[in-house]
Amino acid sequence: MARVVVDVMPKPEILDPQGKAVLGALPRLGFQGVSEVRQGKRFELELDGDATEARLAQVHEMAATLLSNPVIEDYDVRVLSTEEDPSVG
Amino acid sequence: MRIGVVTFPGSLDDVDAQRAVRIAGGEPVALWHGDHDLRGVDAVVLPGGFSYGDYLRCGAIARFAPVMTEVVAAAKGGLPVLGICNGFQILCESHLLPGALIRNDHRKFGCLDQVVRIENPGTAWTTAYDAGQEITIVLKNGEGSFVADEHTLDMLEGEGRVVARYVGGNPNGSQRAIAGVTNEPGNVVGLMPHPEHAVEDLCGPGTDGLGFFSSVISALQRS
Repeated sequence: MARVVVDVMPKPEILDPQGKAVLGALPRLGFQGVSEVRQGKRFELELDGDATEARLAQVHEMAATLLSNPVIEDYDVRVLSTEEDPSVG
Repeated sequence: MRIGVVTFPGSLDDVDAQRAVRIAGGEPVALWHGDHDLRGVDAVVLPGGFSYGDYLRCGAIARFAPVMTEVVAAAKGGLPVLGICNGFQILCESHLLPGALIRNDHRKFGCLDQVVRIENPGTAWTTAYDAGQEITIVLKNGEGSFVADEHTLDMLEGEGRVVARYVGGNPNGSQRAIAGVTNEPGNVVGLMPHPEHAVEDLCGPGTDGLGFFSSVISALQRS
């Protein structure tokens, strides 16, 4: 069993109104010193079996077809190590 | 002329779109998202709403609905397809149209009578209008901001594929005030504002929206 994380973020040139809303809220709550907020999505996929190269290629395909829209978003795929994975140990 | 209107779970404006088809002189045909069947229609409308709850991204799940396999194939074969609001988002997610629609720059849901200028009266859905004609239809969206990279925007402008543009202020932050675009052959049109809500004098801002539906009916009658 392997846990894979797909992070999806709006491309840098795409306006991120949600991130802007969070940025605007921070100083109102007394938090200073933040100059930018970008809001994205994190998907955690639990794979049957190990994160082999072939399985990871499939995850990349999932990320490019469904999890992200390549017109406006970038994605990043990484395998969670056992130390990071709360379900292990 | 038989015009199909797809109902997805979460569609809101399918009945209004059917009504607009009827008022324009066509025969509306209800299509179901779960069927691999276009029931032999002559054109398809993807209506507004919040298909599949807009989960993930607007239109992202609807794109993979069984009926969309048929719509995409038929659109590539020349079938006239109009996507309104959520339908426009679905057409972009399906890559039938370029660009994408993101949250309004002011972050509020907008609901207003909106003036748009018809930039391209040559598509299957706009022949009833004149180039440059300004019409008032309804705009209601939370994620209606049209975005694309500069190269794509220049291409759309250069090829006359901007179908409609907002007039009198940009209501949602759309790049170059784009309200609607078309594909290269002009049979697929995506429109953020709602012509189907402006087809009767009794309600809505008038009947300026009727032209989208009468355009496709007369185009089909000619062919």
